[in-house]
Formats: sequence, C-alpha cells, structure tokens
Amino acid sequence: MLRVCLKGANAAARKCVCGKVAGHPLQHCRGYTSAGNSGVTAGKIVAASLLTVGGGLGGTILYAKWDPKFRANVEKTVPYSDQVFGMTLGAAPVLTLPKKPAKVEALQISSVSETIKESKQPKKEKKAKEAAPEKPPVVEETPAPPPPPPPPPQTIEEASAEAAHILSAIGEVPSVPAPGTSDKAPPAPPAEAAVEPAAGECKECAHEPALKERPAEEVTALLAAKDKAEEDILASLSSHLDETLGSSAKVTLAAIGAQEAALSAIAVHCQKLKEAMDAEGAPDKKSSQWRELEDALGQRSQAVDDAGAALLRAKDELEKLKEVIHVAKGSKIDAARPQVLAAEENLHSMIVDLDKVVGKVQSAQSEAKIVSQYSDLVNEAKAQFQKELDSITPEIKASWKGLAGKLSMDDLNSLIAHAHRRIDQLNRELAEQRVREQIHIETALEQQKLEHQKALEQAVVTALEHNREEMRLEQEKKVEEVREVMEAEMRTQLRRQAAAHTDHLRDVLKVQEQELRSEADETLKNKMQEQETGYRRLTQEQLDAFTLDMNAAYARLKGMEEAIDSHVIAEDEARKAHQLWLSVEALNYTLRTSGADAPTEPLEATAAVVRQSCADNEFAQALASALPGESLSRGIYSEASLRARFQDVRRLARRVALIDETRNSLYQYFLSYMQAALLMEPQQEAPPARLNGDDLNTFKLLSYAYYSMERGDLELAAKLLNQLQGEPRRVAQDWLNEARLTLETRQAVSLLSAYANAVGLGTTQAP
Amino acid sequence: MEEEYGRKTDRCLADSAVKIGTGLGVGIVLSVLFFKRRTWPVAFSAGMGLGMAYSNCQNDFRSPYLLHGHMVKDQ
Repeated sequence: MLRVCLKGANAAARKCVCGKVAGHPLQHCRGYTSAGNSGVTAGKIVAASLLTVGGGLGGTILYAKWDPKFRANVEKTVPYSDQVFGMTLGAAPVLTLPKKPAKVEALQISSVSETIKESKQPKKEKKAKEAAPEKPPVVEETPAPPPPPPPPPQTIEEASAEAAHILSAIGEVPSVPAPGTSDKAPPAPPAEAAVEPAAGECKECAHEPALKERPAEEVTALLAAKDKAEEDILASLSSHLDETLGSSAKVTLAAIGAQEAALSAIAVHCQKLKEAMDAEGAPDKKSSQWRELEDALGQRSQAVDDAGAALLRAKDELEKLKEVIHVAKGSKIDAARPQVLAAEENLHSMIVDLDKVVGKVQSAQSEAKIVSQYSDLVNEAKAQFQKELDSITPEIKASWKGLAGKLSMDDLNSLIAHAHRRIDQLNRELAEQRVREQIHIETALEQQKLEHQKALEQAVVTALEHNREEMRLEQEKKVEEVREVMEAEMRTQLRRQAAAHTDHLRDVLKVQEQELRSEADETLKNKMQEQETGYRRLTQEQLDAFTLDMNAAYARLKGMEEAIDSHVIAEDEARKAHQLWLSVEALNYTLRTSGADAPTEPLEATAAVVRQSCADNEFAQALASALPGESLSRGIYSEASLRARFQDVRRLARRVALIDETRNSLYQYFLSYMQAALLMEPQQEAPPARLNGDDLNTFKLLSYAYYSMERGDLELAAKLLNQLQGEPRRVAQDWLNEARLTLETRQAVSLLSAYANAVGLGTTQAP
Repeated sequence: MEEEYGRKTDRCLADSAVKIGTGLGVGIVLSVLFFKRRTWPVAFSAGMGLGMAYSNCQNDFRSPYLLHGHMVKDQ
C-alpha cells in the first residue's frame, strides 16, 4: 500500500515535472529550469519522504529482528506485517522458557552443597581431632560456604560420598558417616578418637530413629557400627593388655632378675662369711677375706635394695595389669575373653614367679641371718676365749701364734693347765650343753616348728591363693573350653535337631498330604456324586418343566395366534378405517389449500387415494366417485374467493340489470348503467323464508344474495342467484358454476368424512 | 364471465377510437384531396367511423343473444 502511495506520489511528481515540460515545449529551457526548481524541490520532498519511510520500515524490521515480542505486537496490530516480516526475517522464533530447568539444576546443586556443608560439620569435628595428614582434603572442603553457580570441582570419592549423604538425607535415614570417615582415618591412635565420635554418632543414630521403624540397612549399619565399635574397643583393650603385659613382664623379669641377683649376692655373702668363719688362713688373707666379706655384704645389701625396688615396681605393674584386666572384663566383649584369660594367666604366673623368688630370697636371707648369727656367736666365743686367754696370759698379745718361741715353761704349763681347766670346763659345758641341747633342740625345734608353722601357714596361704588363682584360671579356662565345646555341641545338636525337625516335618507333611489327599478325594467324590444326582434331578425337572411349559406355551401360542388373527383383522379394519379417515382428511385439507384467487389443488390424487382406501366399501366408493370432475381436475375455489368474486358479479349484474334477450342495444346498456348508478337500495337484505314475485328483480335478489353471502350461506346465495334472468344471469353464470362445484364437492367430502368418522368410531376398540 | 363485460367494453372503446380516428383521417384526406378542405367530409368520415364503431360495439355486446338460423332445405 505504501509502495502504491509512493508510486502515486512519484507519478504525481513526475507528472508535475513532465506536465510542465510537456506543457511548454518551446520554453523548455525555462520551463525545464522552473520545472527543475520545482522538480528539485519536489524531488527533494519525494526523496526525503522516501528516506523517512524507508528508514522507518528498516528500523521497524531491524528492531523486530532483535525483539521478538515487538515483532509479535506489530504482527498483531498491523495487518500483513507478518508477511513482510516473514519475507525479510524468516519465521518468528518460538518463545519458550528454557531458563527454568537451569534454575532447578542450580537449586539442586545448591541443595547438594548445603548437604555437603551439613555433613561436613561432623566430619570437620572429627577431623579436627585427627592429625595433619587430613589437612589437605579439609582445606579443599572448607571453602564450601557460599554455593557458587558452577559447582566446585570435587573428587569422585567425595562426590560419591556426598551422593550417599544426599540419598541418606533425602530418605530421612540418619547418615552413617562413620564407615566413610573411618575408612579415611589412619588406624590405631586416632582409632580411639574415631571410636568415641563414632560411638557418639551411633548414640545419635540410636536416639534419632528410636521413634521410627528402622530399615534393614539402618539396622545392619548400626550392627556394623556396633561390631566396629566392639572391635575397636577390643583392639584397644588387647593393645592395652599387650602393652601392660609386656611392661609388667619386663618389669617382673627385671624384678626376678634383681631378686635372683640378690639371692646370689646373699649366697655369695653367706659363703664368704662361712669361709671367713671357718678358714684359719693367714692374717692378710683373713683381712682380705674380711674385706671381701664387707664388699659382699655391701653388694648383698645393694642387691637386696634393688630387688626390693624392682619388686615394688613389678607389684605396681601387676596392679596396673590387674586393673586393665578388670576393665577388660567389665567391657563384656566375648572375643576378648581368651585374651583376658591369657593375660590373667600371665599375671598369675608372674605373681607366682615373683612370690617364689621372693620366698627364695627370704629363705636365703633367713639362712644368712642364721649364718650371721653363727658368725656372731663364733666371734663372741672367740672374743671370750681371747679375753680368757688375755686374763690368763695378759702379756700375750693378739697374735699368739707368732709367740710360740717366746713363751716360757711356766707360761706353757699355765697355758696347758688353763687349757686343761678349759677342757674340763668345756667338757662340763658340753655335758651341760648336751643336756640342754635336748631342751634347746626341743625349744628350737618348737620354735622352728612355730616358725615353720608360720612359714607353712604363710606358704600355705600363698599357695592356697596361688592355687585358688590357678583354679580360678583353670576353671575359667575350662569354662571357656566347656562353653566352646558346649556351643559346638549345641550347634551340632541344634543342627541335628533341625535335621530331625525337617525330617519329622517331611514325614508329617507326607502323612498329612496323604490324609488330605484322601480326604479331598472323598469330598470330591461325594461332591461329584451330589452334583451328578443334583444335575440329573435338575435335568429331569427341567425336562418336565420344559414339556409343561412347551404344552402351555403351545396352547397359549394357539390362543395368541387366534387372538392375533382376530386382532389383525380388527386392526386391519381399523387401519382401513384410519386410512379412509386419513385420506378423507387429506381431501379435506386439500379443500383448504386454495389461495386468495387461485383454486385449490386438483383433488384427483386425494380422491384416488380415498377411492383406494375404501376399495371394498360401496358407499364410500359411490361418494368418492360423486365428486364433480371439475374439482378433480382443476380444483375448487374457496368460499372467500367466491365471496370476493361475488362483489364483482353483483356490481356487474346491477349494471346490466336491464339487459336481456330482447333489450340488449347499447342504449339499453347505457340505461341500465344509469339505473344501477341512480338506484338506491339496501346492499344487504335478509332474504325471506319464501320468495314472492316482487322479490324476483335483480336488485332484490342481489341484495338477498349479498346478505346470505356475508353470512356465509353460499348455498342460499347460489339459489338466489339462480333466479336471475337475462344478462345478469349470464354474468353470474360462471360464478354460479363455481359455487355449485364448491358446494357439491364440499357436500361429498363432508359426507365422506362423516362416514369415515363413523367407521373409525366403529372400529376403534375401547381400551 | 365478469371480465367479459370489461373486455368487451375495452374492445369497443379501442375499436371506436380506431374507427373514428380512421374516419377522421380519411375525411381529412378526402377533404384535402378531393373536397377542397371542406369540413363536411371529415365530419362525414368521422361519423361513418363512429357509426361503424357503435354498430360493432352493439353487435359485440349482443352476440350471446343472437340466433343464427340455418336454412333447412327440404329434400
């Protein structure tokens, strides 16, 4: 459209230009210049308008290319713009919303990172407890807080772990991060730390689903966690046990060694003492011996001290071990029991060894005491002897052996006498001693006995304790063994029982099966028989019933057939009557089909139908054939049209009232016309019951006829008009014929309809 | 039958118009040609025309009552 306008504008401009040029061919230069001026300005205008329009169009198209919504708007508002756009830009893009799934993804990612954050909190706690090697992954995971639009790069392990976390978080199953983290954690030292939070988390797990039903996975996870915890505890316990065992063993061995060293030192000391006592060697040897003895004494005391200290340490260690064993026993883990037992055995053996060694040391010490006592006595005796010797021979010095050559006879004699006296004394003493010996020995024996008793008691007590311990340990061992054996036996028994049970079940099932089968067979047989008898009975009954029904039905059928036949006949009659009535109605209807001035349809068809429908009825046939031929072929006029026509007839009849066979010149026509114009008489007059001679003039008759026509009495009107004479008669002849036709037809039709009604009434059956 | 009267009247008038006109015309012609433009041939022809028309009309109106006799020749 724009282009058309443009073209028009261009043409106009061109015309303007060319017209001017063509208009002045002689002055074409001037005209041209003038035309050129105006042409230039016109051209300028045209160019400017072209530019603006083109610019606008181009701009619109470009913007539409850039903004599809604008394009849609333009296409909606401006008609045919979509075609233009289609030509220049191509089809419009489909405006979908592809941004939503990206948002959903982002949301999911954020949720993932959130769950990561959540699950990383407990992870972080644990890892804070653990050592450095976990730091690099921790550093990787810590910059989680704000979820950045592109998801952070994660290793496959972490991603899988997080997927597990998400699944567990989504499914509202309390996450069990213990397996994941414990896999990562280095074992023994942080195992304790891991055990505690794992136990804590397990407690959490235990608390959280306490109200909900635990799925199998959860239960297995919990069990696994429990087992793991147990294992960890066991491991810790065993390690602890081993540790303490080792340490205590070491210490005990050290103690034992120390004790044995003490023992040996004491033995050496005793030996040395004995030697020192007994030996009568050279004085320097004696002094060296005595020095050695002192050294030995010193060594012995040190060794004894060492042994004592070592014993204390050993005792401490053993106490510790006992505590650990007690704790282990308290933890009630079955798997630890053999270990505990072994530890207990070790403990017991160590205690026993220690005690033995301590006993040895004590006995050695007591021996040493005896020996020392003996040595003391000997020293005392020696001192006394020395004193006596000094008292007898005061000038003799200590080492009397070296004085052998210096001694005189007196000295010797006195010495011998002293010696003899001493010998007597000693003999007496000996005898006394012998006598007292017995008593002493007895007392000593008793003392010894007492001491022995005490020692025995002590030993018995310790031995009892040891035995008790041993017994207990053995008992426990035995109990363990027995338990194991019992377990094994129980298992075998159970297995046997299960096997027996299955066998029994099998047998029972077999028997039951047979029983049931036989039962079922029986019931089946019975049922079948019942069914058969029932069926036979039913069939018999059915047959009987059937024959009965058949007979009854046959009888009824016969009756029905007869009834139907009679019905058929009656209905036939009724149908015929109905048909007759319908055809008569149709005939009646056709009488009404006349137009304003047109006759009705020819009654031939309907009359034929009537004749058909009353083929066997003479009366109806006669009536049907009594219809006048004109009505059949041409139809009849309605009363209304006749009435309308009557007006004309009346007017004309009045105008030609004077004309008849004798008077029919034009002058008469004129006279008659004048008469009709000047005669005043009532238009309508009620006709009398009998016509007299005065009434037989045209005007009277016409007024009578008009009156009766207006009252709808076509018959009377026709009768009256039939009395007309001369030209009026001729004029009304056609009308009369028509009226006669109508009356005849109507009469016949009404007779027929009355007859049809009567017949119909006769044939309708009262319900 | 009612239209017959009207038809007859129409015919009559038309016929009379034609006849009178023709008569007039002939009269004029005759008067001009032969009778030195006297009026009496015009009137005469017109009258002839009128008479003929009247007679025709009357005959037309009378036609239903006219009896046409037939001469029956005795053998």
